[in-house]
Amino acid sequence: MFADWIYGLLGGLLIGLGGLTLLVFNGRIMGASGILGKLIETGQANEKFERLIFLAGVFGAPLIILNFADLHETNITTNPFQLITAGLLVGAGTRIANGCTSGHGVCGISRLSIRGLIATAAYIMAGALTMAFLRSFWGII
Amino acid sequence: MKRLVVSLLSGSLFGSGLLISGMTDTAKVQGWLDILGHWDPTLAFVMAGAIMPMSVAWVITAKNTPLFDLNFSMPTNKRIDVPLVTGSLLFGMGWALAGLCPGPSIAALGFGGSGVILFFFAMIVGMLSTKFLPHKSASLADG
Repeated sequence: MFADWIYGLLGGLLIGLGGLTLLVFNGRIMGASGILGKLIETGQANEKFERLIFLAGVFGAPLIILNFADLHETNITTNPFQLITAGLLVGAGTRIANGCTSGHGVCGISRLSIRGLIATAAYIMAGALTMAFLRSFWGII
Repeated sequence: MKRLVVSLLSGSLFGSGLLISGMTDTAKVQGWLDILGHWDPTLAFVMAGAIMPMSVAWVITAKNTPLFDLNFSMPTNKRIDVPLVTGSLLFGMGWALAGLCPGPSIAALGFGGSGVILFFFAMIVGMLSTKFLPHKSASLADG
């Protein structure tokens, strides 16, 4: 699509504003895997409702925007084995590392956190290697 | 109550940004990681766009307390440990395999069809499974 980068930059600004809002007002770091992970873990119920409301916004806002803009395309694979393996890896990996693209990436890098930088370098490197093998070398995905 | 309004606003901005930026399009994400193939640089712009407001946020927080809380819930750990790196490597593999990370999987859950739903529930299982692991990266604020 023409000018993808403009949408990327604009969307990125909105993502950053979301993180700014949560940090400046509520004093919390906007990390998707942490907010979801701590919501579903049994046990201490601190701020569970806030987490749920945050996730409701993440889930709901795109559905409203889709009424005005055709951005429905996800191009997601239909291969269930691929989806399940990917989901397990993403779920376990982000909780073990205690962060994902939003927490370690956006929030960590902007804070010049060494942990955030190392984590981001690691998942981008692992992702690029995985793509290289599965697409460029073996043509599987 | 006002904290809940902030949570909803923040989540809505995040979800809108994920959709508009193209992060819910798995082809774009996989394209970003496909450096040997048809590389798609869009994600660099997303990251640059997101880091700008967040950098301002960190400057604000350096001299203030949160408006709706007594203090910041902030990561204090600076250690580079094994779980941080291995967890991120596992995450990166899964990220490439489906083209989704946790935020976009929630943002696309309502319109992405059965593929996104299957990924999401597998991700939940993956998250819950780490409860049985002895070594997670030092638990901090939401990362």
